[in-house]
Amino acid sequence: MTKELIRLKVNGEQHDVTVPPAKLLLDVLREDLGLTGSKRGCDDSSCGCCAVLVDGVPMLSCVAIASCYQDAKLVTVEGLAPPGELDPVQEGYAVAGGAQCGYCTPGFLIATKALLDRNPAPTPEEIRVALSSNLCRCTGYMQIYESVKLAIERMALRGAAKPVAAGR
Amino acid sequence: MAPHSIIGQSLPMTDAPAKVTGLGKYTDDLVVPGMLYGKILHSPHPHARIRAMDTSKAEALPGVKAVATGRDAPNSYGILPIGHDERVFALDKVRYIGDNVAAVAAISPEIAEQALELIEVDYERLPAWFDPLESMQATSDWIHENKPHNVEKEYHHEFGNPDQGFAEAAFHREERYYAAEVTHAAMEPHSTLAVWGPDGQLMVYSSTQVPYYLHRTISEVCEMSMSQIRVIKPLVGGGFGGKSEVIPLEVAAPVLAKKARHPVKITYTREEVFYAHRGRPITIVDLKVGLTREGKITAVAARVVQDGGAYCGYGPVTVLYSGALLGAIYDIRNVRFDGYRVLTNKPACGAMRGHGTVNARFAFEAILDALAHDAGIDPAELRRRNLLKTPCITPNGLRVTSYGLPECIEKVVERSGWVEKKGRLPYGRGIGLACSHYVSGAANPIIRSNMPHTTVHIKVDRDAGVTLYTGAAEIGQGSDTIQVQIVAEVLGVRPERIALVAADTGLTPVDLGSYSSRVTFMAGNACIEAAKGIRAQIFDAVGRKFGCDPASLEARDDAIFSANDSRVRLRFDEAVAAALDLHGALLAQGTYAPPEEARGAKFKGAGVGPSPSYSYSAQVAEVSVDTETGRVHVHRILAAHDCGKALNPLTVEGQIEGSVYMGLGQALQEEMVWNGGRLMNPSLLEYRIPSTLETPEIESIIVESMDPEGPFGAKEAGEGSLAATIPAIANAIYDAVGVRIRTLPITPEKILAALREKHKPGGANSAGLKKDSAQ
Repeated sequence: MTKELIRLKVNGEQHDVTVPPAKLLLDVLREDLGLTGSKRGCDDSSCGCCAVLVDGVPMLSCVAIASCYQDAKLVTVEGLAPPGELDPVQEGYAVAGGAQCGYCTPGFLIATKALLDRNPAPTPEEIRVALSSNLCRCTGYMQIYESVKLAIERMALRGAAKPVAAGR
Repeated sequence: MAPHSIIGQSLPMTDAPAKVTGLGKYTDDLVVPGMLYGKILHSPHPHARIRAMDTSKAEALPGVKAVATGRDAPNSYGILPIGHDERVFALDKVRYIGDNVAAVAAISPEIAEQALELIEVDYERLPAWFDPLESMQATSDWIHENKPHNVEKEYHHEFGNPDQGFAEAAFHREERYYAAEVTHAAMEPHSTLAVWGPDGQLMVYSSTQVPYYLHRTISEVCEMSMSQIRVIKPLVGGGFGGKSEVIPLEVAAPVLAKKARHPVKITYTREEVFYAHRGRPITIVDLKVGLTREGKITAVAARVVQDGGAYCGYGPVTVLYSGALLGAIYDIRNVRFDGYRVLTNKPACGAMRGHGTVNARFAFEAILDALAHDAGIDPAELRRRNLLKTPCITPNGLRVTSYGLPECIEKVVERSGWVEKKGRLPYGRGIGLACSHYVSGAANPIIRSNMPHTTVHIKVDRDAGVTLYTGAAEIGQGSDTIQVQIVAEVLGVRPERIALVAADTGLTPVDLGSYSSRVTFMAGNACIEAAKGIRAQIFDAVGRKFGCDPASLEARDDAIFSANDSRVRLRFDEAVAAALDLHGALLAQGTYAPPEEARGAKFKGAGVGPSPSYSYSAQVAEVSVDTETGRVHVHRILAAHDCGKALNPLTVEGQIEGSVYMGLGQALQEEMVWNGGRLMNPSLLEYRIPSTLETPEIESIIVESMDPEGPFGAKEAGEGSLAATIPAIANAIYDAVGVRIRTLPITPEKILAALREKHKPGGANSAGLKKDSAQ
């Protein structure tokens, strides 16, 4: 199969990878870039575990052809904060029980990050709707809402939302 | 001073940082040099004999490194010793669409897929059985030749005198309830990676709830000694029972790795996950319950038929649970139970959260609600009149030591405004109550032996870092965190001091696994014992150093001290140094085995149901029913759960809410739809687990009954709340619109049909006349 050289900007770094033309963004992230934080939970864009930010908008990387996103700024869960630090959104999920098995967590973090970046004070209904494309089988969503609320508080405290050092 | 410093704290899960950064590794995230990709060929037929198979074309495809068939691994296996009816690949017969026929290991997933298409299988189709009631009438073409009439197992139990009980009843009801098949739908698809270690050891990374059963099964199927195999459980993305027995890919990957002499990874597609299944079976419950005029239950008779699918799996245990846990929640002296586990040509069912108890509990709590209306007794009051007097041993031999059900009922009645709302809400809006319970670990192991159910080791380093070696399988429920909290509490140290080596059969002693809600109770008690062993050695050294009685010492706030003598005090690390100087090494072991009195009676089937302790739940659901569309909107579910003692309230609440959520899905929208043995909705788009939009506010209320044998009084929190949710919603629907839906899921179509029936002149829905004036 012929391959093509593509250039992706992921988490602030530029990567040149040679991939088959139709290779999915999720597979490039996981297999070629070693960014396994984004997960595959389904095969039909129904679960949201693979969500990444494309120019700040959450998108399912399992139904995106990687080569189409060479001009975009991509952020995966690994890029939400520098190594050893946590973004307020990550803190919220870690502290308030938003992550049980953790498999859906990267997708929820991405969806939450996108929401709070465009609306730092969402209503409960806005949170519910913003997270409705992501499935979680563990929590019943209650502690996910608590996590988002905590993230909002911590973001407000930090002002410009600068990440702080990770706890453990 | 509070009695505990770490226990009772809502600490974040120890693995939360790994999960929120995306750096934690699940099995499918792992890649090793030279790794091959495995794919499995599944049967297209529900029931067929394999006449011949030719794999030569697949083997010849460039990039293919191994093709395995039934002949490569003919040894049978199964989770129950009485149910070794599975082989990793079919030898002679396939028994469901999706059954495993052969597998390929190749240098890419695409080549492996391509090779599957080159495998030629000559099938002779056989008549197939899809309906459990028809299947159990079969006189030929049995699914397993040694299971006449396709009945895997049947049990007939009688306690007290049910006939006399029914004769004494002023009211009785006899009704059929039906629950559709549902599945776990854990977000992580199953994945297994088998890797050869440098010394010829086979290392198997797998998304499993039961690493030690997998260890044993691979040993049996691959004919390798257990010491040559090391099963390691990475992070697991949810289980709910779906990973609590050996799933075919977990043996297929080792078999392929053995044949190819290369590492092999197999990850299921979501469709394969649905066909691997092992979920909650279609269950038909014929239930009869009698009641005195005063509201005392006089007798219960239940006939339960479960559609088990094509293999045994946990089947006999599942059906026994549906009978055994008719007991241990209310005071019922006269019980008849007839349970049938039936084979059909569909994927095998197995254990799913609330194992075996959920569908029977739906029926029971719904019929109890109807009987309460028959007798003119408030449904909450009816339950109060049938409470157990504890401690007690039930007629079927279940020992109840702690019983928070009365408090659970009071809490939800009070918080929901039950008294003001029940029967008083406007037409279309209703409120319903139901209860449930569950074991805190099976008191009898799956493979009978006298071995402790859990053993843990603790080692302390020179710098006072503590390492806990535990076989318990964290699958997202928080068991790692709970064990860390327990060890930290006993040693009086910060949880950060405790490191965990977990679920690695090469390093950690045996724990039976994460099933039957056993880990907090069993591994928790083992952790207490091991930590006390370490603490005793430290106290010994500190006592010698200060010339004081070790029994006068305490461990708390990272220090060892005497409450009576302020001069006697060492920091924990100083005390550890003193102990290492004295003992050379600081090691301890802790074990847990359920006490003899908790292991149940001796009749056939008595082994399932006994537990060292039971959790209790009471719930109230408030719903609206749109009578134009039949749509149910759940406003709120209040769930009070008696977990003995909440060692970590955050994770307890997470478990209660997750259980309620799963019950909600089963109540209203989840259903595996079968047609000729083919699953019509094998994806998360079509098998609709609730999203945020369908999930109401769930309010969890922790009730602490302080179990006398639980670790710090704790018992289970992860499963017992699920079963109450379904009947609470069903009972609320009745309160809203006066119809009783006895089949799950309760879809808008069923509600509309019931409403039409009810409003027909002379309509027969047992709903009675409630709220008819509101029409």
